[in-house]
This record gives sequence, C-alpha cells and structure tokens, in this order.
Amino acid sequence: MSGLSIKDRIKIPRHKAPEQPPEVRSRNFEEVCLGFGLEEAKEEALRCIECPKPSCVAGCPVGIDIPRFVKLVGEGAILEAAHVLKEKNILPAICGRVCPQEKQCEQSCVIGKRGEPVSIGKIERFVADFERLSGRVELPKPGASTGCSVAIVGSGPAGITGAFELARLGHRVTLFEAMHKPGGVLYYGIPRFRLPSDVIESELKALEYLGVEIFKDAVIGKALSIEDIFKMGYDSILLGTGAGLPKMLGIPGENLVGVYSANEWLTRLNLMRADLFPDYATPIEYGKNIVVIGAGDAAMDGARTSIRLQPEAVTLVYRRSRAEAPCRVEELHHAEEEGVKTRFLTNPVRFIGDSHYKLKAIEVMEMALGEPDSSGRRRPIPIEGSNWTIECDTAIIALGCDINPLVTRSTPGLELTKSGIVVVNTETGMSSIPGLFAAGDVITGGSTVISAMGQAKVAAKGIHDYLVAKKGLRLQYAAV
Amino acid sequence: MFQIFTRQEIAPKTVHLKIEAPLVARKVQPGQFVIVRVDEKGERIPLSICGFDREAGTLELIVQAVGRTSHEIYDLQAGDSFLDVVGPLGVPTHAEKFGTCVLIGGGYGSGAILPMGRKLKELDNKVYGIVGARTKELLIFADRLQAALDRLFITTNDGSAGMQGLVTDALKAILDDEPVHYVVAVGPVPMMRAVSDMTKPLGIPTMVSLNTLMVDGTGMCGACRVTVGGETRFSCIHGPEFSGHDVDYDELVARQRMYAEKERAALEEYLKQKEQSLCQA
Repeated sequence: MSGLSIKDRIKIPRHKAPEQPPEVRSRNFEEVCLGFGLEEAKEEALRCIECPKPSCVAGCPVGIDIPRFVKLVGEGAILEAAHVLKEKNILPAICGRVCPQEKQCEQSCVIGKRGEPVSIGKIERFVADFERLSGRVELPKPGASTGCSVAIVGSGPAGITGAFELARLGHRVTLFEAMHKPGGVLYYGIPRFRLPSDVIESELKALEYLGVEIFKDAVIGKALSIEDIFKMGYDSILLGTGAGLPKMLGIPGENLVGVYSANEWLTRLNLMRADLFPDYATPIEYGKNIVVIGAGDAAMDGARTSIRLQPEAVTLVYRRSRAEAPCRVEELHHAEEEGVKTRFLTNPVRFIGDSHYKLKAIEVMEMALGEPDSSGRRRPIPIEGSNWTIECDTAIIALGCDINPLVTRSTPGLELTKSGIVVVNTETGMSSIPGLFAAGDVITGGSTVISAMGQAKVAAKGIHDYLVAKKGLRLQYAAV
Repeated sequence: MFQIFTRQEIAPKTVHLKIEAPLVARKVQPGQFVIVRVDEKGERIPLSICGFDREAGTLELIVQAVGRTSHEIYDLQAGDSFLDVVGPLGVPTHAEKFGTCVLIGGGYGSGAILPMGRKLKELDNKVYGIVGARTKELLIFADRLQAALDRLFITTNDGSAGMQGLVTDALKAILDDEPVHYVVAVGPVPMMRAVSDMTKPLGIPTMVSLNTLMVDGTGMCGACRVTVGGETRFSCIHGPEFSGHDVDYDELVARQRMYAEKERAALEEYLKQKEQSLCQA
C-alpha cells in the first residue's frame, strides 16, 4: 500500500456509499445509507495522501487522530483503526452517521482543496460498524477508583460523553435522565433511517461496562434540585440538559389541531413508535398535505419522516433562500430526492383553521433577501402584498429550541444569558456555581451532536482538574 | 418499577391507587402531576395527584377508565407496577391567605382538589368544596373532602345526593350568600368553563387545572400547548393551572380530542384482546 505515490492516490475517485434508492426508502424507516464495504473503505482510505501537516484533525471537535485511523484502514487493520477512533470518540458509529463532516474534518482535508476530500465520515462509520458487528468490541474499563463521584444531568450526547470520560478516569458516575430511556436527542430527535436504534443501544452499552449508574424518570429541577444532588454527596455535577423547549412562531393559529412542533412530531414517531400504532399506544395524526416550517436538521428530519408516512405531499417552507439553510447539504438533498417539495423565501404569517379548530391552510408571504444580519446571513424582508395560502392539514414547526428552564431557572446563583443559556468558562466548562459544569446545547442554544461531545470533553477535563485540586488527588488528566 | 400498593374501586370504572414513587413523594406539592407509562409499548399520560405521603414514599392517583391507557391502568391490580412514574411536574397551586376559597371538583378533579384544600386550610383560609356528578354512585372523595374542608357542597344531576343540579348551582348559592376571594376548578372542561364564566363578571380570581395531552411533560415537545390570554403556553411547565378567565376553551377541547378516532379504535382493540385472553383463560 505504501507503494502508492501521491499522484496515484489523488487519481482514485472518491467513493460514494450505496444508499437505498429514493423511491424505495421513502416508503420505509430502514437506514438510508448502507455504508461502505471493506474493499470500498480500504480504497477510499488510500486516497489520503498522508500529508505532513494534516488539517483534518483540527476540523474535528473531539480531535480524532484521523490520519492514523485512515492509514490503518488502508492497511486493512480495521480493529486497530477502531481503537484509534475510540481513543477520542466513544460514539463513532453514531458520529459516522450524524456528524456534518462536510463542515468539519472533510472541509479541512488537504486533497479536498483541489478535488474531493477523503470520505472520512463514511470510513469512520465503516470502522465502527465493522468492530460492532465483528463481536470483538474492545470494552472500555473504568479507571482505578478516585473515590470521587460525579452526577450528570441529561443523557444525550454531552452527558454520555462526560460519563465515559469521567468513568474512565476512575470517578463514580451517575446519569440522571428525565425520559424513560437514556440517549436524549439521539432517541427522540434523530429518525431511525438516519440513526438506527440498535446502533445507539450498542454504543450506549459501554456505559454499563464502565459502571455508570443510569437513573431514568428523574426530572432534575423538579424531583431533585442541583442543591439536592450536591447534598447527596456528589463532588461535582455536569449539566447536559440540551435546549429542549421548542420555539414557536408566535403567529395566529399556531395551536390549531394539526400543528406540531418538530420535537413532538419526532418524539411521537421515534421514541414512542407512533408508526406502529395501535400496537404501540402513542398515536400521531396527519393528513394529505404536510408542511414543514424551517430548514435546519430537525426540519429535514420532520420532512423525511413525513414523506415515509406517504401523504400526498410534503412541502418545506423556509423564509430565507436555499443558500442560507442551516441543515446539512446532504439532508436537504436526501429530502428532495425522496420527494419533499421546497418553497424558499416564503414565510408563514398565520395558520387558518376550520370551524373545528382543525388546520386547513397556512397564509404565507414571499420574502426577498436584504443586507446581512447579525448571523452573517442575508436578512429576509417581506414583500408587501405577496400573500398567498398553502392548503394543508398538518404543519410541523421546526425553528430550533430555546433552553428548557426546568433546571436552569430552579438553580439560584446560576448565571444565564438573557436568552437563558448557561454561562460557562470556555476553558473548563465550569458555570458560575463552583463544581457545576455544563456542556452541549445548554451552553450554546443548539448545535450538533459532535460539538456537544467536544464541549463535554472540555467539561470532563475541567471536572477532573477541579476534583484534583479540591481533593488533592494525585492524578493527571490523561486525555482518553 | 413503581408498584401499586392498594387499589380501590371508588366509583364505577374508577380506581383510587396508592403507588410507590419515593422521589416524587418527597417533593410533590398540591396541584402538581405525574406522567406515567404502563408498559414498554405504552403511551405517556399525565395524571393529577390526589394525595401523597412523603415518609412512606407513596402517591395517590384517581383514574377513570375512558380510553385505552386508562383502561390498562384500571385493569392493574395491587402488586402490579407502572413501568414509569415521572414527576412531580408542573407548577404547584399558588396558595396564600385569600380569605374564602371555593374548590370545585368534577370526576378525577374531586381528588385533585383535596391536597389543594388542605394547603389552603393550613394558610388560614376558609375553604369550601363543591363536588358534582351525574348521580350519587359516581361521586368521588366526598367523605374525605367533607372531613378536610370547612364545608362540602354536593350536587348531582338527578338529585340522588346533595342538591339537584350542577356545581355552578352550588357555586351560585355560595356567591349569593357571602364574598368569595379565590376559586379553583378541576375536572371536565365544560365544568371549568362554566365556573369561570360565572366568576369572571364578579372579578373573582379563578384558576382551572388543564388536563391537556402530553408526551414528555417537561417542556420538550409542546403537545400541551394552550392559548391563554392570546399567548401560547405549555401546560406542562407553565401550568397546569391557568386563569380560567383567559383560557381559549374551544381550542383546548379541540386539541384534547385531536386523537379521538384513533383512541376509540385503540380502545376497541384493547378490549377485544382482553376478552380473547379471558376466553382462553
């Protein structure tokens, strides 16, 4: 393999992972992307020119040693490559599926500057799946006990990552989860056709081997306060409660029957399995025409789950243009392939109901783009007199989330921004309350799985250093 | 698992359960609720709390078998368990010294007003209760309320117990008689609406406890959205109590019935399966 010159490597075309054809997958909930096979993965890995100053690692929020794991794949040493991945990323099968690699590692890939970047994400996914299905998964072991205990609030990506890191350092970890299943947004938010449940379950299993105690049905801020948790003897707390309060439009009719938040729509279908009603008891109601409002990842998930329910039409409505859509390019592409129609530069102004309060149409306005706003994107400006109506019986509002106030507003002394985001020291992850750290959407207001994981690593190190200082432990933080 | 310690049928198709839920029992305040799930395939539904014992770690719930999930709960026996009990959720009843308070309960609401009444009594209020039902055997918690409150008014549609009429008839009688400073109504929407309509022109602060559909119960999904005073509120974290004078009741009822057809089908399916398993046994 090492015999290949840079020229030879660059000549290899980028491999595309096979996918279920759009007309097939739009009628099922099975995984869309089928992933690389061994040969494809190896060949794709050989496209890496092993540049002396790789920039891909800096593009990864958790700092995976990308050149090393890719090289091992090229050499066919897949299980070894898996070990390299897991040094930095304990959820590689999940991240290989849901990370926006095109904005991270692959964007920084040197060969991507001239041609197409190495398909790092799909190789990561292959490696993780290979290890998982090989039955030879290397199980993580907890570190030698430090005698310290840490409580983690929320078991989404930030909480899980914090739990892994801290347990591997030898701290006793308890995860508190408000829902009936750990995983947070991985379960309730991301549809199975992007992230199958068995993948989540298998990656979460490692928590058990690390001795992490999971306490479900525990709503922190209600059943227990942050103060109660400290009183129970925990030396430190990591808050990873996410955003979790859906933003609404604040326009007339938004509570009509048939209007859902993306969170409700996705939770019913993903976590509660409304697609299997009445075998599962949670129902969902939809009509012939479904309109999804927004263009982030949750909007795509809403639109793509909708199309799988086989209504007559699913239409995505977004007030800015295609170029400003915050979702992954791949997701919008997938959605359109599956038959989702798009209406850019279109903004809802009111929901119209019938005499039974049932949604029958949305009045919208056409928009034009003006000067850039504070987000750097061109501001949408309404065009007077351009109003028209879209007939629909179901609408899904996917505008992102505000910070859920249950924990943050019930914790005296916790510094929050005006919009309710927890203020932390970005180097340690510590909040204004000594010993209370935070990571994930609760400190950003909403971002990706992987950035939550990156922040959780920072906070885990912050917690470890805090405990070392507080308890006089003779333990250095070894990045794991 | 959250075990059912005692189960008592207190009215036809209506059970009073005492369940194990130590974490909830430690913190619960009157007016709060829990979300329960019966089994792995079950839905998450909110239930009002009608009693609690912090030391024993128990909660009391009243469940009337109406839809599939409430039938499943009704069919549980002492010794059986809920898979999940989550809480305490929602904002507790606001309680202070108001003067004279009237608490009005219909159906399960007759249970929910009991802890509220005790709390208001502790704060030196004069507390009257009104409970109504179609007929005598459907009355819930009348003796307990009688024992806990200053006075209990009972109304039945057919006059088989208390005065003949509706809870609003009893409320009117009280309002004609003496000044009332605070009213809380818990139960079916038409009842809460009628109470609010009666107190609004008199300017008496009136709270109603909304039993909206919910999924997570922690603000995450917004299934429980309700319009109050023209603004969208989440019943689970902003409520469940809101000013009865400001709630958009028509919208509330429409949202509560959103899945009515599906629920009917699911209930039929459940009853059919139950019958089959009984036949086999």
